[in-house]
Amino acid sequence: MSSINMTASLKFAALLLVFSACRGFQYNDVDIDEEAELVAQPSKYGSLWPLPQKVQISEVSFKLTSITFKIVDAKASSAGPSCGLLQDAYRRYYEYMFGGAKRQGPSKSRRAGPSEVTELQVWITSPDAECDGYPGLTSDESYELSVDQPYAVLKAPKVWGALHGLETFSQLVYEDEYGAKSINSTTVSDFPRFAHRGILLDSSRHFLPIKVILANLETMAMNKFNVFHWHIVDDPSFPYLSRTFPQLSQQGAYHPYTHVYTPADVKMVIEFARLRGIRVIPEFDTPGHTQSWGKGQADLLTPCYSGSTPSGTFGPVNPILNTTYDFMKQFFKEISAVFPDAYVHLGGDEVDFTCWKSNPDIQRFMEQHGFEQDYSKLESFYIQRLLDIVTATKKGYVIWQEVFDNGVKLKSDTVVHVWIGSETNEEMRKVTAAGYTTILSAPWYLDYISYAQDWQKYYKVEPLNFDGTEEQKKLVIGGEACLWGEYVDATNLTPRLWPRASAVAERLWSAKDVTDISDAYNRLSMHRCRMVERGIPAEPLFSSYCPREYKGF
Amino acid sequence: MADMEVIDMASSGRYTRPNFNLLLLIVHQLGLKLYTVEGVWPLPQSFTSSAERYSLNPQAFHFGYGGQSAAQQGCSVLDAAFKRYVSLIFPDYISASVVPRFNEDKPFTLRISVDRDDCNSYPNEDSSERYNLSVSARRASLHAETVWGAVRGLETFSQLVYQDDFGSYFVNKTEIEDFPRFQFRGILLDTSRHYLPVQAILKTLDAMAYSKFNVFHWHIVDDPSFPYQSRTFPDLSSKGAFHPMTHIYTQSDVRRVISYARLRGIRVLPEFDSPGHTKSWGKGQSNLLTPCYKWGTPSGTFGPVNPALPSTYQFMERLFKEVSSVFPDSYIHLGGDEVDVSCWRSNPYVRAFMEKMGFGEDFTKLEAFYMEKIVNITSALNKISIVWQDVFEYHEQRSSLSVVEVWREGCYLCEVHRVTKAGLRVILASPWYLDQPGPTHNWARFYTVWPLAFKGTEEQKKLVIGGEVCMWGEYVDATNLTPRLWPKASAAAERLWSDEKQTASVDEAFPRLQDFRCKLLRRGIQAEPLYVGHCRHEYQGV
Repeated sequence: MSSINMTASLKFAALLLVFSACRGFQYNDVDIDEEAELVAQPSKYGSLWPLPQKVQISEVSFKLTSITFKIVDAKASSAGPSCGLLQDAYRRYYEYMFGGAKRQGPSKSRRAGPSEVTELQVWITSPDAECDGYPGLTSDESYELSVDQPYAVLKAPKVWGALHGLETFSQLVYEDEYGAKSINSTTVSDFPRFAHRGILLDSSRHFLPIKVILANLETMAMNKFNVFHWHIVDDPSFPYLSRTFPQLSQQGAYHPYTHVYTPADVKMVIEFARLRGIRVIPEFDTPGHTQSWGKGQADLLTPCYSGSTPSGTFGPVNPILNTTYDFMKQFFKEISAVFPDAYVHLGGDEVDFTCWKSNPDIQRFMEQHGFEQDYSKLESFYIQRLLDIVTATKKGYVIWQEVFDNGVKLKSDTVVHVWIGSETNEEMRKVTAAGYTTILSAPWYLDYISYAQDWQKYYKVEPLNFDGTEEQKKLVIGGEACLWGEYVDATNLTPRLWPRASAVAERLWSAKDVTDISDAYNRLSMHRCRMVERGIPAEPLFSSYCPREYKGF
Repeated sequence: MADMEVIDMASSGRYTRPNFNLLLLIVHQLGLKLYTVEGVWPLPQSFTSSAERYSLNPQAFHFGYGGQSAAQQGCSVLDAAFKRYVSLIFPDYISASVVPRFNEDKPFTLRISVDRDDCNSYPNEDSSERYNLSVSARRASLHAETVWGAVRGLETFSQLVYQDDFGSYFVNKTEIEDFPRFQFRGILLDTSRHYLPVQAILKTLDAMAYSKFNVFHWHIVDDPSFPYQSRTFPDLSSKGAFHPMTHIYTQSDVRRVISYARLRGIRVLPEFDSPGHTKSWGKGQSNLLTPCYKWGTPSGTFGPVNPALPSTYQFMERLFKEVSSVFPDSYIHLGGDEVDVSCWRSNPYVRAFMEKMGFGEDFTKLEAFYMEKIVNITSALNKISIVWQDVFEYHEQRSSLSVVEVWREGCYLCEVHRVTKAGLRVILASPWYLDQPGPTHNWARFYTVWPLAFKGTEEQKKLVIGGEVCMWGEYVDATNLTPRLWPKASAAAERLWSDEKQTASVDEAFPRLQDFRCKLLRRGIQAEPLYVGHCRHEYQGV
């Protein structure tokens, strides 16, 4: 035993030498002025991202070592070793903090120094930790963190807050000039400004391998996002393998075996997300955006006519057939069982009426129902029946703004997702004035790229900057960054999303007055390097470097 | 292994279910739309192909040297190319010794002959890249003047081979005569604004070879950092790099890049940009940069290289002497762009020098004076210098210049016209600034570029020696370099290699480029999508 320890400590000493040598090199003779131009200035908040609601960092610093440091359940905690979610998170963050370094021998043999943090005690304070539950819209995500020696304490009512607190703790750890891990005496009291903080990924326009989705869930957790909006199917392909209607992906996916999400894949995504406090909201967009559905489900889409004969092409879902609603009933029954979240996104955007208009059966139906030539009434007819179907599965629903704009009668608990880039504030005003809960995405379409630092544009958005009462503003439950898939697949998704989405993350988490762009730049530069160090190819903000560059080729 | 694959496919896919998409694919194959010579990117100059196809078996496939070939076994460039291309031609193929195949597979030989034994040389500005490729039953022959042409021909052959749905390999009867339209087809990488690990550079060289690029323009140093470890002036990188140990290119790194590039027929063109863009140089070399003045005293900041001191030219002479011996290419890029003269203007010593030289208040004269000296230093070292267009614009003695790189936006062909009219050679970069993603994702804007569409004599047009894709590093590092570069750079590659008339249509190019980007993915190059769609083998990284 002791000989092992000898080797270990010798190695450690050698490492120290190397570190001090490089550091000496780096900081001697460096012109301070020029350094300022090239490298971000340290923020007084270090590398924290998103910035906690309340944080106080003192000058007093403590050491942490991979040998003595542990993350443990506090004695009074309502969660213990049986809480796999937390135990997994302890291990994950231990590895992030110590670079996967393994404990080298029993901790007994090495005494902790006087100013050393040896434990992070995680204390779940409410009787039900929600360890085995799913996060939801009303989940308590708050936490309090106090870093002192020899113990740091993380208090949270539920595991969801504890997960965020662990991320914050890991962000407080830094390397001193000898490469040793340090943390300053700190107190944090934190909670999110908005409850719904999402990322939309589109797996229809391009198929996204599971590995890419998981990597982005991991990165979402680093940014305290809590909703994965899975735009899983759309016109180009239907990769969701439905147990009830397997032919949908058999015929509608890009490839029936290599480009589908099997039930096991979906389960894996949901569990991976749950373990990181992330909800998975699937979107099954209808009646438009459904070309791929038609391949595996005959008579579901409206046959378009040219003149008096079918043209061979198809339009939106056919709203006049009972078979359509029978199909939807069975389909959404499956969806409500597969996806545990209380909400499902039903889409409803960009319905093109021309095909409906061309179809004589639809025209007749319109006449019978007295819709005259108002096709939004037909859309409304469809959506209302769909909402009834989904309500019967005990799910809430989110819809894109057009459904509201077109005057479709909605249930009062509908969530309206605002995405159109013009007159966004007016739309927010109208939707909330009508009493609907709202999610904002319009300013955060990250698939649009431009030269230079467009993260600043996303950062400067203030979601509640519309005319409205306090009551109206309370109806805004959050926002989502959308990465549509026309030009995005596994090759470029991650660097395109990060750290640009991180800007949105801070806007949705931190206090309204956190708007200092240069402080944000300083923290975000370090945060992006941390993501890179954790294996995520987050792209650079501007000319600069990370101590450890991306190596994943 | 190949047999296993076939069985697998049959039991799970094709026979269990009629699939419209697959039928379409077959139609494509029979109609020879996808898998003919048109599947080659960039498009060869002249080709004929027929529907007659031959199956290829990886284990009965051989490379051979023609009897008349000047290069034979032991030719470093070709031997290494054979090794690379066997796995590029047969992407599923793992090892010859695993499964014995049916004996009925007849051998197929690709025989290569070259006119010159230049196996141990470096590719250069005059290297012929011309090749002829003829594919017929059981054999193909590839003839080229140089090994560099043979390497291009191997790339073409690898793109002619395709797999059917069962994983079997085929190649069609084909005749190709091919040569590049422009002799200089480059990619610029900027390793100063962000450090690019050597691995990222090597990967780019691989992808360059797939698109028949032949110049790696290494913008190795600039204001933010000086990662080149000079053996004469080690302080330049120990003080000027982002980090003196982890963010530098050692001499062996540089050698590795050069030799890796050579084996792929790619020249390495280093750029040591001065007198501007040199902030990082000043950290390791005192008195090199001009001290800026404020209110009559030095302000503590520094401007461009100090052109008024003799020590500057002594330093440059030694540095360029080293660089000339490290980089074998006969060209060197001297930069000379975007010089901010305000610091020069503030400095009383520089002003005194101006007066002494009779430059008056015209700082472009000072710039010209400086560049003239640097050009002379490199000419004495037998290097041909390339400068950015700025130098052409302020330089009066244009006769001392040789090659001008046109990079500014606007009417870049006007500038090409002016430079060629002055009898200087041109490299065109303006339309290919790929680091600027722009509001649209339109790859076609890099394709619909007509480098010779200016009014000028035949002589002038001949002076346009090529073009270059620039990937500046403000917003680019190893995390996003590859998808930003590919396949958009491939669009430029076709413009620079292929016949303009045959490649004028974006609509015809689109499906070919989509197909080519899937080939890049198959080869492990993280090339981003052009639009909605899929590849049979998606990228599996993160």
